[in-house]
Amino acid sequence: MKREKVTSLLAIWFPRGVVVEMDETVIRVEGLRKWFPVRMGFFRSLFSRMQLYVKAVDGISFEVRKKEIFALAGESGSGKTTTGRVLLKLVEPTNGKMYFKGKEITFLGKNEFKPFRRKMQMIFQDPYESLNPRMTIQGILEEPLLIQGIMGEDKEERVFKALEDVDLIPPEEFLLRYPHELSGGQRQRVAVARALILNPEFVVADEPVSMLDVSIRAGILKLMEDLMKKYEVSFLYITHDLALARHICDRIAIMYLGKIVEMCDMDDLVKEPLHPYTRALMAAVPVPDPTSRRVEVKVKGEIPSPVNPPPGCRFHTRCPEYIGSICKTVEPALIEIKNGHYTACHLYSK
Amino acid sequence: MAVLKLESLKTFYETLTGEVKAVDGASFEVEKGESIGLAGESGCGKTTIALSILRILPTNGKIVGGKILFKGTDIAKLGEDEIREKIRWKEISIVFQGAMNALNPVYSIGYQIKEAIQLHEPYVTSREALERAKKLFELVGIEPSRINNYPHEFSGGMRQRAMIAMALACNPSILIADEPGTALDVIVQAQVLKLLNELKEKLGLGMILITHDLSIIAETCEKTAIMYAGKIVEHGDVVTLFKEPLHPYTIKLIDAFPDLTAERTRMIAIPGSPPNLLNPPSGCRFHPRCDFAMDVCRKVEPELIEERKGHFIACHLVSKRSGS
Repeated sequence: MKREKVTSLLAIWFPRGVVVEMDETVIRVEGLRKWFPVRMGFFRSLFSRMQLYVKAVDGISFEVRKKEIFALAGESGSGKTTTGRVLLKLVEPTNGKMYFKGKEITFLGKNEFKPFRRKMQMIFQDPYESLNPRMTIQGILEEPLLIQGIMGEDKEERVFKALEDVDLIPPEEFLLRYPHELSGGQRQRVAVARALILNPEFVVADEPVSMLDVSIRAGILKLMEDLMKKYEVSFLYITHDLALARHICDRIAIMYLGKIVEMCDMDDLVKEPLHPYTRALMAAVPVPDPTSRRVEVKVKGEIPSPVNPPPGCRFHTRCPEYIGSICKTVEPALIEIKNGHYTACHLYSK
Repeated sequence: MAVLKLESLKTFYETLTGEVKAVDGASFEVEKGESIGLAGESGCGKTTIALSILRILPTNGKIVGGKILFKGTDIAKLGEDEIREKIRWKEISIVFQGAMNALNPVYSIGYQIKEAIQLHEPYVTSREALERAKKLFELVGIEPSRINNYPHEFSGGMRQRAMIAMALACNPSILIADEPGTALDVIVQAQVLKLLNELKEKLGLGMILITHDLSIIAETCEKTAIMYAGKIVEHGDVVTLFKEPLHPYTIKLIDAFPDLTAERTRMIAIPGSPPNLLNPPSGCRFHPRCDFAMDVCRKVEPELIEERKGHFIACHLVSKRSGS
């Protein structure tokens, strides 16, 4: 009964168009929330009744289509990484709905979710910390296979192929090495191989190149793109670097304080950013051309605390295009302005 | 005359496995009110140059050759006491990488700035020092009333501003900024870079900006030096370097940089990875990753020559082309 009510509400908030036919979408998220309770000291918990929450992700909806790289971008503290982790159920969602190819996975238990793990994988940010230093590359790559019960010759073959896929050639040379014997770029390739060894259909890549040198970044991203085409994997690419996202992503959602403020095709975003926050973010990206003058960054201050986000539009405290009390009181809905271009801003809601 | 001039500076680190040639012959000049960007991948020796100039190398690091001329005197040869009394912080100061961790969490920021002032200028009273700290806060755009706050009460951008204020405490003429933008969000990063630029103009500072991000250099610096494996491979003013880069490494590095406004293209990676400086490649250090490597590249180390006025480059390809 209660759930139905929520769904019908969602239908009002997110009208037709957000939901495309089932077979095309790999991941669909509706009104997803993740609130982390704030731990309070003993005395504070005696005197204060109110439980405070960090509203890391606060009601977002999007979908990732088949064979697509979908970017989630925003400043630190905007909730992009939490979204990725919730999707893979590394942390449990608070409420909302998540679908993997039409099947709801929001509140599945650990064992029920295990078959989905095979189809949903993750590449972590820091290859210096995400690979177990005591395991050989072979051990690292075999582990997901062992957990999913893939044994025998098939196992070795897959490890070989995975290494070849990520250009760690010849594979025999890498099998028995330890992570500390590899460079940063090679480690991240191992991480990519580990994520793809189970032939997943959906991979969350959480800032996969931000720890790497510029000259190596392009190689890893190209690899991801190639593998996406080869194995028809969809990626959720979490990043703070819009310039990088521009070159590898198909669609993008900009997050601010746990909300999506703009969502559209990457090309549309570059051509015509709608939300003032997106514009500020884009103006702040340095341009590698000394002759072009930077647009003045008008936004002041830093991202507020997600424990107590500003009422109304969450960006109103920093917005250079603040239009009056409506911004302070009414939360703007994510509406479609043009074909497939959504934004949540009162400038456009008239 | 240049305020600071480096002449084939060499800094090596002594390690258990051998000598790491972190900086192997770096030369450039910094003029008053001018900023130079030092760019390169991690491990190419950018930060070591900064530490050498300030003489704050770790104990296993040593300047083994070359000169660091500050207003004509070679400060590489000065004793530790003289450096501390005359140069460090008073003439050359640094904003360290990762402002998040560079401040001491158990002292208030005002106290830390006061400490810096009194250490280098012992005749200044506490009250005067605190007054100066407040003025510095105003200069970098923080409310002076927050002088007694602790680092955890500041946001990332404010901490970075406080670090800049501290670096300016003794009116230096050269400011070294080591990765001032990393670890900050883009919008905050843009604010900090804008502040650095304003300060440079207002105080006539000479600035050395160390970063791996070429686009930051394109926006804030007048000159730039591209480093690879402990060597400066190309050096010149920003516009020529970005518009007509000559060294194959510079060309590839610029290509590897995504541009938000440009057409969507496939990014080009540089094959291989930066060399181990314990045992750098013979000849030109870039030759294992270079598309145009010739025989001579493997054997002879190219010198940094002035190809055009103010545009220096170390590559056999270019010297051959201009020679024939």
